[in-house]
Amino acid sequence: MLKKTALHSEHVRLGARLVDFAGWEMPIQYQSQLDEHHAVRADSGMFDVAHMSAVDLHGPRTREFLRKLLANDVAKLTAPGKALYSCMLREDAGIIDDLIAYFLSEDWFRLVVNAGTTDKDLAWIRQQAAAFGVTVKHRDDLGIVAVQGPQAREKVIKLLPADLAAAAQSVGVFQAVYSGDWFVGRTGYTGEDGFELMLPHADLVKLWQKLEADGVRPAGLGARDTLRLEAGMNLYGQDMDESKHPLESGLGWTIAWDPADRDFIGRKALSAFRGNSAHKFVSLLLEGRGVVRAHMKVRFANGAEGETTSGGFSPTMKSSIAFARVDAKAEGICEVEIRGQWVAAKLVKAPFVRNGKVLV
Amino acid sequence: MSNVPADLKYVKSHEWIKKLADGTVVIGITDHAQHALGDLVFVEVPKVGRKLAADESCAVVESVKAASDVYAPIAGEVIDANGALANTPEILNSDPYEAGWMWKMKPNNAADIDALLDAAGYQKLIDELN
Repeated sequence: MLKKTALHSEHVRLGARLVDFAGWEMPIQYQSQLDEHHAVRADSGMFDVAHMSAVDLHGPRTREFLRKLLANDVAKLTAPGKALYSCMLREDAGIIDDLIAYFLSEDWFRLVVNAGTTDKDLAWIRQQAAAFGVTVKHRDDLGIVAVQGPQAREKVIKLLPADLAAAAQSVGVFQAVYSGDWFVGRTGYTGEDGFELMLPHADLVKLWQKLEADGVRPAGLGARDTLRLEAGMNLYGQDMDESKHPLESGLGWTIAWDPADRDFIGRKALSAFRGNSAHKFVSLLLEGRGVVRAHMKVRFANGAEGETTSGGFSPTMKSSIAFARVDAKAEGICEVEIRGQWVAAKLVKAPFVRNGKVLV
Repeated sequence: MSNVPADLKYVKSHEWIKKLADGTVVIGITDHAQHALGDLVFVEVPKVGRKLAADESCAVVESVKAASDVYAPIAGEVIDANGALANTPEILNSDPYEAGWMWKMKPNNAADIDALLDAAGYQKLIDELN
């Protein structure tokens, strides 16, 4: 039996095509994945991401605990509401999950973790939290909706209670404001401006209906995937998992090595790979015809090889793009094996698209 | 509800085939197929002059989600292919039976087409899939 979010009946009403995603019955698309993608780049779209989980951490030693738990350093979060993207590592530096951590007060941080990893994340976090006296509360009373696109913030703000609307109007990028159980973060997974909102399930449905009435286009997981790929953002379980470390997953930028005495879980193992990783993570733009998908072979003129981890057709660029994990020596021209044929591609620097503009 | 024109023949891999007055045939994928695939972003059609066996994989349609092979419903030689699909694959979504045709063939044996599914038979097949 698949789990359903509070918005499930909305998806059915809107004629969505529903699929099993990490044990949840979720919309892959409504009418057209391409139209949904373009709506987010040009105006606004909204995604039911209530299958993801908010996890609240409480206790006077919460910050100290997160400095141990996460590979990025929450010491960077000095202003209340500020958020940070981080990996949570095993002792051997394998990636348990990638998440966002919000600093709300010295005895309250909120994490947002992936759907498919929620159960193991909670078990791991609780196991580590005990020594710090930190309480771990899965906020399954809250649902999450992402509203993204150049018009997204304006359309959301109009529908917020007055106090929250004023705060949301001035909230900075990667920062959140809240009022009661309504939480508004200026974050996202599309490369566009927008909000991710966490609120009680019944409120979530009402907000969704009002946003739809105001022309915010419901968008499925299909569009979410092409948008995040264009934005150069990794997908857990596809681009990285417990068998991979951040330095071979394009996530070296999220590791806070300083201060040197911060002993985060996985630091010792990860240090051995520093400047010494057998693989690197690259972004590819297909030059020939076709569509690159995940798990296709990549080869370079200099003999380096690898495999794509994510790939697809970029609706914004009208060509195929991909991420790949390749030998560390890989450089220069390369080819991707698409259905038995080697097709020319080139290495580019992600993101491919940000704020509606092609960058490569 | 998928559109299944009565004047075409079908195969269970979701291609349609139409007999033309000059004895040649034109082939494409069905409305049911285009809908199931989603927005098409890349189409590869067989080269003119290629000789195809029945059920031979000879073309590719790729949607935002996945790639699918397209098979020759009967044996024959490719005599024309729809070049418009290279730059406007979306016409295969919007008009699968007319503007979205994929290739034309001269059949080895014109009678082969008679053994394929008629509209009622194909409708029954997709009803069972739904």
